Amino acid sequence: MTADYDVTAEEIEQISGVNPLRCMRCGRCSATCPAYDEMEYHPHQFVAMVERGEIDKLMESQSIYKCMSCMACIERCPRQVKPARLIEAIRLAVVRKQGGNHLCPDDVPALYDPDLPQQALVSAYRKFTK
Amino acid sequence: MQVNENENWKPKIIAFCCNWCSYSGADLAGTNRLSYPAEVKIVRVPCSCRINPMFILRAFGRGADGVIICGCHPGDCHYSEGNYHTRRRMTLLFSMLNYLGVESARTRVEWVSAAEGQRFVNVMNSFVQDITELGPNRRLEDLRCREN
Amino acid sequence: MQRIGVFVCHCGSNIAATVDVEAVAAAAKKVPGVVFSADYMYMCSEAGQALVKDTIKNEKLTGVVVCSCSPHMHENTFRKAASSVGMNPYMVEIANIREQCSWVHKDRELATQKAIGLMQAAVAKVQLNAPLTAGTTPVTKRALVIGGGIAGMQAALDIAEAGFDVDIVEQKPTIGGKMAQLDKTFPTLDCASCIVTPKMVEVAQNEKVHIYSYSEVTDVRGFVGNFTATIKRKARYVDEKKCTGCGLCTEKCPMRKVPDEWNMNMGKRSAVYIPFAQAIPKVATIDPRYCLHLTKGTCGICSRVCEAGAINYQAKDEFIEEKYGAIVVATGYEMIDPGAYDEYAYTQSPDVVTSLEYERLMSAAGPTGGHLVRPSDGKEPKKIVFIQCVGSREEDSCKGGKPYCSKVCCMYTAKHAILTKDHYPDTDITVFYIDVRTPGKLFDEFYRRAVEQYGVHYIKGAVGKVVPNPVTGKLEVQGADLILNEQVHIDADMVVLAAAIEPSRSARQVATMLTASMDTNGFFTEAHAKLRPVESPTAGVFLCGMAQGPKDIPETVGQAGAAAAKVIGLLVKNELTNNACVAHPDEWMCNGCSQCEKVCPYGAITYVEKEFKMPDRTKKMRRVAQVNEAVCQGCGACTVTCPSGAMDLKGFSNSEIMAEVDALCR
Repeated sequence: MTADYDVTAEEIEQISGVNPLRCMRCGRCSATCPAYDEMEYHPHQFVAMVERGEIDKLMESQSIYKCMSCMACIERCPRQVKPARLIEAIRLAVVRKQGGNHLCPDDVPALYDPDLPQQALVSAYRKFTK
Repeated sequence: MQVNENENWKPKIIAFCCNWCSYSGADLAGTNRLSYPAEVKIVRVPCSCRINPMFILRAFGRGADGVIICGCHPGDCHYSEGNYHTRRRMTLLFSMLNYLGVESARTRVEWVSAAEGQRFVNVMNSFVQDITELGPNRRLEDLRCREN
Repeated sequence: MQRIGVFVCHCGSNIAATVDVEAVAAAAKKVPGVVFSADYMYMCSEAGQALVKDTIKNEKLTGVVVCSCSPHMHENTFRKAASSVGMNPYMVEIANIREQCSWVHKDRELATQKAIGLMQAAVAKVQLNAPLTAGTTPVTKRALVIGGGIAGMQAALDIAEAGFDVDIVEQKPTIGGKMAQLDKTFPTLDCASCIVTPKMVEVAQNEKVHIYSYSEVTDVRGFVGNFTATIKRKARYVDEKKCTGCGLCTEKCPMRKVPDEWNMNMGKRSAVYIPFAQAIPKVATIDPRYCLHLTKGTCGICSRVCEAGAINYQAKDEFIEEKYGAIVVATGYEMIDPGAYDEYAYTQSPDVVTSLEYERLMSAAGPTGGHLVRPSDGKEPKKIVFIQCVGSREEDSCKGGKPYCSKVCCMYTAKHAILTKDHYPDTDITVFYIDVRTPGKLFDEFYRRAVEQYGVHYIKGAVGKVVPNPVTGKLEVQGADLILNEQVHIDADMVVLAAAIEPSRSARQVATMLTASMDTNGFFTEAHAKLRPVESPTAGVFLCGMAQGPKDIPETVGQAGAAAAKVIGLLVKNELTNNACVAHPDEWMCNGCSQCEKVCPYGAITYVEKEFKMPDRTKKMRRVAQVNEAVCQGCGACTVTCPSGAMDLKGFSNSEIMAEVDALCR
């Protein structure tokens, strides 16, 4: 799946299981986000951009890698929109487009640092694999 | 089954309509001069839950070719929950019609509100068409009720 | 044998153009039982009705079939005409040959045939019709109002104004409700107590209104016009008749650490207490959870200082039974506990308060005497953050969130902001909002005034978290400004949460007692969302105030007046005419299975043990169904459910409907 194709908003919605139309624009996701200042686009914008179909812009943005997958936005969202899952889906779309996995289980022992929280490893898998 | 021997055969259709929604819907069809086949004859009942499955079997026994039950939309019942009873009772009845020898397509439950004159007409047109295609009801007809 | 007359209407050309009315009248003559038939231009006209009446008299008719328009149009007209000459109105049937025949069919022959069929069906039904008499039930001319807030008080006063006795049952020691706890009211900023306390006095002084304070309705039986309610008068340990409300006991009571509910638990009160200075009835109440005498058997100071000798430690809950004709539900609302929203630190810092708590902090009669200070250290707050929609408009209800908009928060927050700025102009106020909803007279102007005149910062966005800083004592608020697209951080002194409004916790119990329906949010549902907004689907039960849904004070008062008008309309009648087409069991066929009782949506069916004389001259007790004709609405659900076929519906009996079916199939 290395083909050149445009990822559609429907695909992102399908992968993430999120319906961006449920968003009522309260901004609680962005208010909660600990990585807000690092981002070009903020969690509430992710939702609005997917709704408008501006997927390419998002896929090119560094913001999706600034998300720490802390899921605070999911926890706070009053409408169960789950912005973090949307971001996750976009990352997945990028990875799929590039093809291949960037993290293999065999690599892990070499990279493993006992001081790292386990969550980091889980997040790394999320970010670097299909 | 035999093809209709008589080209001019018209089905006999009984429509049970609840007083509050469907009967008013039928009235509205009239007020708007929307037409449907004259074979449909309406019996007014206070609520669709007043319709005893026996009435339907009786109609078939007396030679009706189709029986349709109309009530308020679920949630809109004038008596708050009557049409839920109808829905369950009729599901049960329909499940045994084939066993009794009647094609279950000869009867239906439809929800028609007092504002849906057009829907009433559409429902009746499609029902009459279905029954016309099915032909006369011979299996459950009580031969003693035949006029000649 | 019935003597039936058939009257066929031309309705000008409405019917006659498509249906051969003469042919219908001629066909009617051939139907057994029909002794007279005629057609006429306009049957509903004076002359047409006269024809019907004269024929009934001259031909000694026992039944009438009118072939005309829909029964929804003129069934009543002809029934009235028939009863004016002594015929039972339920012996009149309409064959609908206009809306359901002449107007929908174009072929004259088919339409005429159908009209004849419809006429025959109606005749077949009249053949089996029996005269029906609608029963009547007397109306008890007394109303019960559940809840003594502004809604209940207004409803009670309006009903009393019409000359009927009203009882208000209030579970708190005083009437007044939430409105009495408010400081000012939007958008006029008049003081709430200045308008609600005179109303409370008016209620107390009205001879027609009786207040049962510190009481609960524990049971309601009966039906419209004839309710019997049991009211539990909780033990107050103070004789209401003797107590003068001097307050000496409350001053001397040594147990002074009781959280004061009146001040949203922000102040303390004594174990024997009067909620507030203008309480009505102004009578002390002993809190049995805290009173040293009632819990440990010590103390007893209050009984020693009371000059009126009103203290009675031996008091017990009393139950009284009273009859009512109508019931008004005005159970009001509560605020949700925002404790579940951990991000707002409500449980972590006393400086995070709900709007009602803030209201008490602002009130001159509140725990701080109207001096706005932080509950933690008593200092004046310089920076206040208001957070809107806490628990409102939420789909996730595991924290107690509500899917609806609580309606009043936008306005009271603007009010709080303006009042705070009025008293303390150097206070910096920020409001985080999702939408500002201000539909109402002078509402949007009021909100704009907060922004333009008072310089309140409204930020479109939400707050993600509030973190109390133990070193500085500040509350670190992190929010998002969606317009500037940046995250904002504010070190606030106080945070005020506009928590969602939910129905009173006692409402569900009340609904169950009254068999009144509730929506998924626990608000009482109205009989019709548009056309019957103050009536419950249960006859004789009326709704007003927040019990029905979030609303502000003027709306509540308006709705209370509307409910009162409905109550008066009911109580002014000496008796109620019941629906004549009611279910009726054949007691010999009834086997006592209770199936009908379960399907009846109105609870009209009960079971009784009845003695029957058996054919062998023995007597036998049998359990049989009994229909309360005043409650039965005649849907017929029970008739189909009955496994033995004992239950039948008057006016739409099994045999009548089957006769119609037979006639239409012929």
